[in-house]
Amino acid sequence: MTAAIAFDNVSKTYEDGRVRALDGVSLDVAEREFVAVVGPSGSGKTTLLQLVNRLAEPTSGTVAVEGADVRAADPIALRRRIGYVFQGIGLFPHMTVAENIAVTPRLLGWDARRRAARVEELIDLVRLSREQAARYPHQLSGGERQRVGVARALAAKPRIVVMDEPFGALDPINRDAIGRDYRHLHDELGLSTVMITHDMLEAVLLADRIAVMQAGRVIAQGTPHELMTGAHGGYVDELMTTPRRQAERLSALMDRGARA
Amino acid sequence: MNGGYAGPVADALRLLPGYLGSHVLVSVTALALGLLVSLPLAILSAHRPALRGVLLAAASLVQTVPGLALLALFYPLLLGVAALTARYIDLKFSALGFLPSVLALALYSMLPVLRNTVTGLVGVDPAVKQAALGVGMTPRQSLVMVELPLALPVIMAGIRTSAVWVIGTATLSTPIGQASLGNYIFTGLQTQNWVFVLFGCAAAAALALAVDQLLALMENGVRTRARARTALGALGLVLIVAGALAPTLARPHARYVVGAKTFTEQYVLAALIEQRLAAAGFSATRREGLGSNVIFDALKAGDIDVYVDYSGTIWANQMHRDDVRPREEVLADVKAWLAGNGGVAMLGALGFENAYALAMTRARAQALGIRSIADLAAHAATLTIAGDYEFFARPEWAAIRRAYGLNFARERQMQPEFMYPAVAAGEVDVISAYTSDGRIAQHDLIVLADPKHAILPYDAILLVAPQRAGDRALIDALMPLVGAIDVSLMREANLRATGAGASPAQVARWMWEEVEKKK
Repeated sequence: MTAAIAFDNVSKTYEDGRVRALDGVSLDVAEREFVAVVGPSGSGKTTLLQLVNRLAEPTSGTVAVEGADVRAADPIALRRRIGYVFQGIGLFPHMTVAENIAVTPRLLGWDARRRAARVEELIDLVRLSREQAARYPHQLSGGERQRVGVARALAAKPRIVVMDEPFGALDPINRDAIGRDYRHLHDELGLSTVMITHDMLEAVLLADRIAVMQAGRVIAQGTPHELMTGAHGGYVDELMTTPRRQAERLSALMDRGARA
Repeated sequence: MNGGYAGPVADALRLLPGYLGSHVLVSVTALALGLLVSLPLAILSAHRPALRGVLLAAASLVQTVPGLALLALFYPLLLGVAALTARYIDLKFSALGFLPSVLALALYSMLPVLRNTVTGLVGVDPAVKQAALGVGMTPRQSLVMVELPLALPVIMAGIRTSAVWVIGTATLSTPIGQASLGNYIFTGLQTQNWVFVLFGCAAAAALALAVDQLLALMENGVRTRARARTALGALGLVLIVAGALAPTLARPHARYVVGAKTFTEQYVLAALIEQRLAAAGFSATRREGLGSNVIFDALKAGDIDVYVDYSGTIWANQMHRDDVRPREEVLADVKAWLAGNGGVAMLGALGFENAYALAMTRARAQALGIRSIADLAAHAATLTIAGDYEFFARPEWAAIRRAYGLNFARERQMQPEFMYPAVAAGEVDVISAYTSDGRIAQHDLIVLADPKHAILPYDAILLVAPQRAGDRALIDALMPLVGAIDVSLMREANLRATGAGASPAQVARWMWEEVEKKK
């Protein structure tokens, strides 16, 4: 089976090689797989994501989407068939919720009726209320805006979705709810998803597989279980300590409550 | 005369449709042209720092040129271009009035639009621009669907600034022959008709404010998607433009254009010529407040058909002669020179001079027994002379001193307004005056004779454009003016036309009645 996205030994340098954002990254995202990319800021996560729809071009190595080298693809067409949830969401402030959601279908030339039907469908799908369709982004709460961002990414029925810290700015309750809602959509729609996060707990709870990045390299990858249990050395273990300890304390609390 | 202020206000209102229409036409055209050039330039340069720097520097440079100078510079420039196109590609256009005004004002309007459009586009949140690309927009789609809409409030603020500047600066297009609300201001300043000056300022300000507010309403409508507000703003603008242009467009095209320079006497004489043409059954309009340098070229180019100039002015400025000849000789030479150099026809002298002269109160002159400048020479060492700021530097003064050996005890410079009261009050003994100035009669002064012909004669002469030189109907209508206006009539007319008492047209009618009486 061809991978949805395949990074093969990809490097990216800026300013004539003085800044190295990515350093020989290889990573496959299988069809219908949900991969989380975790790492500190400046580790090259966003750059990696931008290579997928050619918002950035690699200095060396190849990126393939559904088996085809992206360099052979028209970047505009490529972007229209890959859903992208941007860091900070990047909703268009002068467009209503409905117009934001319908923007890629509009670019693809869908007629107004089809767009309207799709907007209603997505508003239900991301669990917004239909009255919000006519509102502007500034009239929404943070959580609602994130849901619009997800709906916009899904509007043109992409098979691949990439998300750059999509739920980063939310309070824990909203974050958990939207995360689970998205995971449900991922399964239901048969998507392939790459999600960037700096929150290991979120990655562990949502992803099928996690890639850990540091200084432009993927230093470890595996299922949440593999990363939680195995020994991977310094930074990875450090990252895994927090969710592991949280889980232990939680289960201890639960046990005590059960015994009481 | 009707007295009070009802006269000038009614006069100003009567002129409003024509002036306002021309003002709106020139402003709107200039603004549209400016936008057409500066918006694409701004969009093109928004993401090209080098080009942006050059453009903004150039636009700022234009802005530092005073509006009046910028407008004045475009006239000779276009005149040159017009001469070239007429010669090589047989394309003739008028370099006077509308075209230079529009070009200069359009240039003037560019800076705010350029700067605000660039600022607006550069200021769009990079995350939003990234999102526009990421959802699959082409750069053009990103510009049209995201960047321009988001920059719109800043761009509109620039357009509003431009509109206000252009409407204000358009008042300065009067001296290059474009009728505008500035005609009130220039006429008013020259004839000391402050009602006219205020009326012109108020009308221009009201127009600028109205346009600014309507643009603001449109901007608000576009931003908040209130279609009614956008439509209301647009409707208001359309109404202003249509309302202002309707009388201009509906008016039949005048057959003749009468020119006038920037002082009272010229306004009165232009009105008189217009009335004589009307009496002969011809429609005519006036182009008033033309700069002294502009008006002769305009006549030669046929942009105006007739105006009154002065023999000495042509002699010195056009023929570049610096010798002084008797009155009749200058007239004959000027007439011959005009005919031979471009074919301007001199119909004749009106009968009075508007020259520099030395004047004294009648009482003082009689007491000293002075009738001519020659008589003055004997007393000069004990007398004080006052002149305007220019007089003592002019060749006339040097010529007078040389010819008569004049040496005054004191020479004082002062404003013409103060010179006349000063000589009347005995503060000074002699002043430099214009021979047709109304204040000579008002203060009972006498003009000293110049037996040695040291002062260049400045006979008022009626000039007709080359292509009208064979127009019998025009010449027949104007010939009755030749030799019909003596200096005392002109002085009285100038006095009557100064201040808010009577309009140049009213004074011109009175003048013709006086001319008829003498027949």
